[in-house]
Amino acid sequence: MKQNLFLGVEAIGQAAIDGGISGVYAYPGTPSTEITEFIQNSDKATEKGIRSKWSANEKTAYEAALGMSYAGKRSMVCMKHVGLNVAADAFMNSAITGINGGLVVTVADDPSMHSSQNEQDSRYYGKFAMIPVLEPSNQQEAYDMVYHGFQLSEDLGVPVMVRITTRLAHSRSGVVRSEEQPQNQLVLPADPSQFILLPSSARKRYQSLLSKQGEFEKAAEESNYNKLNIGSDKSLGIIACGIAFNYLIENFPDESCPYTVLKLSQYPVSNALVLEMQKHCEEVLVMEEGYPVVEELVKGIFSKKIKVSGRLSGALPRSGELNADLVALALGHEEKQGPSVPDLVVNRPPALCQGCGHQDMYKALNEAVDKYSKGRVFSDIGCYTLGALPPYKSIYSCVDMGASVTMAKGAADAGLIPSLAVIGDSTFTHSGITGLLDAVNDNSNIVVVISDNESVSMTGGQESSALGKIEAICAGVGVLPEHIRTLIPMKKYHDMMVKTFEEEIAYEGVSVIVFRRECIQAAARRLRKEKKMKENPKKMAQ
Amino acid sequence: MKTDIILAGVGGQGILSIASILGDAALHENLFLKQAETHGMSQRGGAVVSHLRISDKAIASDLIPLGSADLILSVEPMEALRYLPYLSPTGYVVTNTTPVLNIPNYPELEAVLAEITKQAQHVAIDADEIAGEIGNKRASNMVMLGAAAPFVHIHADKIEAGISRIFAKKGEAVVDLNIKAFRAGLQFALDNR
Repeated sequence: MKQNLFLGVEAIGQAAIDGGISGVYAYPGTPSTEITEFIQNSDKATEKGIRSKWSANEKTAYEAALGMSYAGKRSMVCMKHVGLNVAADAFMNSAITGINGGLVVTVADDPSMHSSQNEQDSRYYGKFAMIPVLEPSNQQEAYDMVYHGFQLSEDLGVPVMVRITTRLAHSRSGVVRSEEQPQNQLVLPADPSQFILLPSSARKRYQSLLSKQGEFEKAAEESNYNKLNIGSDKSLGIIACGIAFNYLIENFPDESCPYTVLKLSQYPVSNALVLEMQKHCEEVLVMEEGYPVVEELVKGIFSKKIKVSGRLSGALPRSGELNADLVALALGHEEKQGPSVPDLVVNRPPALCQGCGHQDMYKALNEAVDKYSKGRVFSDIGCYTLGALPPYKSIYSCVDMGASVTMAKGAADAGLIPSLAVIGDSTFTHSGITGLLDAVNDNSNIVVVISDNESVSMTGGQESSALGKIEAICAGVGVLPEHIRTLIPMKKYHDMMVKTFEEEIAYEGVSVIVFRRECIQAAARRLRKEKKMKENPKKMAQ
Repeated sequence: MKTDIILAGVGGQGILSIASILGDAALHENLFLKQAETHGMSQRGGAVVSHLRISDKAIASDLIPLGSADLILSVEPMEALRYLPYLSPTGYVVTNTTPVLNIPNYPELEAVLAEITKQAQHVAIDADEIAGEIGNKRASNMVMLGAAAPFVHIHADKIEAGISRIFAKKGEAVVDLNIKAFRAGLQFALDNR
């Protein structure tokens, strides 16, 4: 069978195409971005008319995916873990409405916070919403789970979550594809009140969700993704969740593991499997990537005589991603390590690119606010968050998408004047607009800097929902046109930029300063493409 | 047979082009492969690493365990040192000697290179200079791939075929340049290992 070399995220994108989706909805976020990009770049997806353009944020993405499901078609919505916070209202309630066409919610968690503000574990969300969660241990399972996930969703009548973590998302391996499924026909829900969550029908729908819990657990018990292997050595049993299973096998090559192992990749946790495991071990070690979800849970299932260890007990670290070395330590294996890192090696943190417009913006901002005490600039999530690091050290917050505007407003309300916000173009349309409306309605004394590089750059230059719309949005929300200023962030305009900052800081109301210059990476990509087009116009036109 | 490779560099240096060629060659040899990459924030000039595992048996972990890498292949000298704890006692360090100076506190280059030559098995090569001599500094990654080729359990010819396939879309001239760069790196490693 033909092996395709796929990143975990690519395997998921391909599985969704092959599994018969009619649309994918997403907002870019590491480590989930490439799922949607894969579908956008797939000729097959184009041929099938699969809808794949970026959404303004995860909530709008989720709701659109639910709408497609309402209309009877299969859809997938993808996001990073913190994106599910944004979509949480739609997510929680979609478990109550249930689905019509199959709906797969793919969430990519980022333990160790390689590119994130926290390392929250989406399996809690799955349990919270009381829906099935699939957690692949490798790229092939990621493919299979998404491919079959739509059918599972339709069989059980609820959205199904596929939870991956950074390592699986961004690691490549051979994947075998399954046969392409046709798309569903347009067909509305059999019960016209299914999606009306007025209290009277919501109560019924909630009861329906509760009554299905046994079915979900049974599905997990019978799932091929969950496996109980009985070992000869009864001293220890191991529960290995998702990718942790690979780290376990790395430590016991050639099927040499003497212990009973429960490979856990489909939730809710099946009590039957856990109770069966109990017969074959005296102690249990739980290995999971993320929070101690399963460790906490199985303590309530096992007999009190069985000692359970894992991330909570300290057998494994409480935070950060797992690897084969941490698992080896937990198993009491001998520690291996090469030469130590010489003392002269220093950290090399990420930095703004040379020639990036955010740099010029921060230089002007620093000069304009230098006369005030520090701690007045709130910021947001994007490349410009690197303005917190030297040499700029310009910003004092990075909390969640859009929080710069509203935190600046709250601080101004408290009397911190001047108070400024620095937000990117795409983050502004993701979650900054409503905050700006609050500020306008309250006539808050803030300066909002929209550092517009005309793309979603930190995640690799995706198309920004804000493109060409920022000034009109600000005016529409009610910012006075004379206090919407637009400048080009370049060295030669430095003095003008500083002066504009000073003028708008002096104004007692809501000001917006838009600094607009194309992302330097996007510009380089565009020039390469233009050059190619010039060299070979025919080929590019095809 | 297995080759565990730590590929190191700085975001933007393009270590993934090396990984994709080795991956392509491995797949054509019907070998198993896993390759973990760094995406996201670090790609903005930060330290980046890729774990590339090639084997004739199924591979479990996406990450290479400490003390077991057969090769650290780094396109930047200080980055080679950052991953030494992964090196197996029989492993090789193959590194470019041209530094990427995008931080204010980069250590003395001589001291960095001295740490590399302390390693029992190493190849230190000025890939940028060699690539420049061949005609394009951007081919330095292929010089590095060539320098690493003797320590990978895939025959150099098969890796060359991978280069041809990966660069085929860019035209014959690009393929030729990259193969020339590969061979120059290979020769250097054979002479200086």
